[in-house]
Amino acid sequence: MAAGAAKKPRPKYLSLTALLFEIRLPLAGWVSILHRASGALLFASTVWLLFMLDRSLASPRGFDFVRHYLGLAPVKLALLVLVWAYCHHFCAGIRFLLLDLHKGVDKARARASSIAVLVASLALTVFFGARLW
Amino acid sequence: MVTRTVVGAHYGLRDWLAQRITAVVMAVFSAIIVIVLMLGQPISYAVWRDFFAQGWMRVATLLFAASVAWHMWVGVRDILMDYVKPTGVRLSAQVLVLLVIAGYLGWTVQILWR
Repeated sequence: MAAGAAKKPRPKYLSLTALLFEIRLPLAGWVSILHRASGALLFASTVWLLFMLDRSLASPRGFDFVRHYLGLAPVKLALLVLVWAYCHHFCAGIRFLLLDLHKGVDKARARASSIAVLVASLALTVFFGARLW
Repeated sequence: MVTRTVVGAHYGLRDWLAQRITAVVMAVFSAIIVIVLMLGQPISYAVWRDFFAQGWMRVATLLFAASVAWHMWVGVRDILMDYVKPTGVRLSAQVLVLLVIAGYLGWTVQILWR
């Protein structure tokens, strides 16, 4: 080992600042962690979605309540976040299924498919969001 | 002294496969529902109720819900295994998640066959 070479501090701990500002995830990493985060969010939000499905199917009054409720801006925003979470989880999931089949495993195509997932899920969110509004 | 940790054994491949099969079921169902709802008439209460009253729709939704339940269990369990290290806390959290998922599934059945 060359003497005088700059010695990096070791061990390197993954602090929150390191995660946020020092480590730059590759795009595939972003797709992966967002897949996990969106999955956790969907798990936690299912109770809310079931509540709305329940009310909307229970009676005409319940249906009108949900329609009115979904018209409220914060509710719409929350639903839009879930629409994104579903779309991202869907698109990233299909990418992972294809990777399992050894499709697009090389660096260039894996990167391209990461971009495709991020863009497609945002585009789908805009599409469904526009229809919901 | 041999220290054993609660990690289970031999369920890795089954869960990995279940995660993917349920994913395909959910993806197909999602695509069909989105297309059917977008091509159909504007949604009023009657349209909405009749849509979920059809036999095929009830069974398909139940299959979807069962897939969601299984998929959720594997996914959330993976997250807990990654981040929650103390065995007791992790086991408690996993039991809680299972109960929540069972509740989701029971509620779905109740909504579909009321």
